[in-house]
Amino acid sequence: MQAMKFRRTGRAALAACAAVTMTAALAQSSAVDEIAKYRAALQDGNPAELWEARGEDLWNAPRGPKNVSFATCDLGQGPGVVKGAYAQLPRYFADADRVMDLETRLVYCMVTQQGYGQPEAMKSPFGGPGTKSDIEALVAYVTSQSRGVKMNVPLAHPKEKEAFALGEKMFVYRGGTHDFSCATCHAEDDKRIRLQDLPNLMTVAGAQKAYTTWPAYRVSQGELRTFQWRLNDCFRQQRFPELIFTSDASIALTMYLARNANGAAFDAPAIKR
Amino acid sequence: MADPMRIRATVAGDSTEVKVLMSHEMETGQRKDAQGKTVPAWFIQSVTATYNGKTVMSAQWGPAVAKNPFLAFKFKGGAKGEKVQITWTDNRGDKRTDEAVIS
Repeated sequence: MQAMKFRRTGRAALAACAAVTMTAALAQSSAVDEIAKYRAALQDGNPAELWEARGEDLWNAPRGPKNVSFATCDLGQGPGVVKGAYAQLPRYFADADRVMDLETRLVYCMVTQQGYGQPEAMKSPFGGPGTKSDIEALVAYVTSQSRGVKMNVPLAHPKEKEAFALGEKMFVYRGGTHDFSCATCHAEDDKRIRLQDLPNLMTVAGAQKAYTTWPAYRVSQGELRTFQWRLNDCFRQQRFPELIFTSDASIALTMYLARNANGAAFDAPAIKR
Repeated sequence: MADPMRIRATVAGDSTEVKVLMSHEMETGQRKDAQGKTVPAWFIQSVTATYNGKTVMSAQWGPAVAKNPFLAFKFKGGAKGEKVQITWTDNRGDKRTDEAVIS
């Protein structure tokens, strides 16, 4: 009798357990749906537009000690051409004899054409409370001019191949206090941190979905965040030393992820939670 | 000087839909900075929209409105090619007026 009672309670507890798991699964999927709805509702009034507008003004304004605009800056499609440029970056630039991502190229133009010193040009890659970053605004503007354009990152020049290979190596390199690599979180389907889905960046679909939706306005931070910022924040979460802005390592990792997104239509600046 | 607003205004039937993005910190006065000091409240207090010199919408806002606010509203009337003017004033007395042509 005693044993039976025990068994019955046990079964009830098991049933209760199953119910909890089911509700959790339901809550999970509906929460993800709700977040998607929330994003769709916000899409209409995306404050990223404010950054795009400021970036456009910065692009066209004469700046720096030499008082020249970005009209002579070649992002790979010819001097001053912005349309579709981001969809083909990073790429090899013969004038600098280096593979460059968008931020690096902007800094290069600021230094070689506008006459800024290297430290001055690189000093505020990211905005924060009370500080605005010109680089971020420029990135918002340039990326907005590739909206709808298919990603087509070249991999022809030996230095482009070299950067891609280095980026891939970095992606799976484990280290730091947590023995983490990028792949620890981003190499399996259907993983998440809390309620945030983690894209599987080793698959084409995952890389495409992730890469084409940065930069994005982060509602929770009230800031536009660039793909560069996303990489830096992943490094922080891995307890890695932060990526050095415009470094070969930073460009290589961007190259790897951008190239993996080839074929997908670019769709940013977007809006995220 | 605050950054310009982004305003879109479109005629739909007998009314005009206006969508406005404003660039503003909208500090609540509840937040503390890294040193533990309270960040003073700084937010848009009033918003007005005028069309042909007539006020078609006015709002009083408080610190509960989000940073970089987005405002959408409709008013009766409005014609293509005419202008809508939006003005906001914050609690520091800063002001910004921008206008957009209705499309």
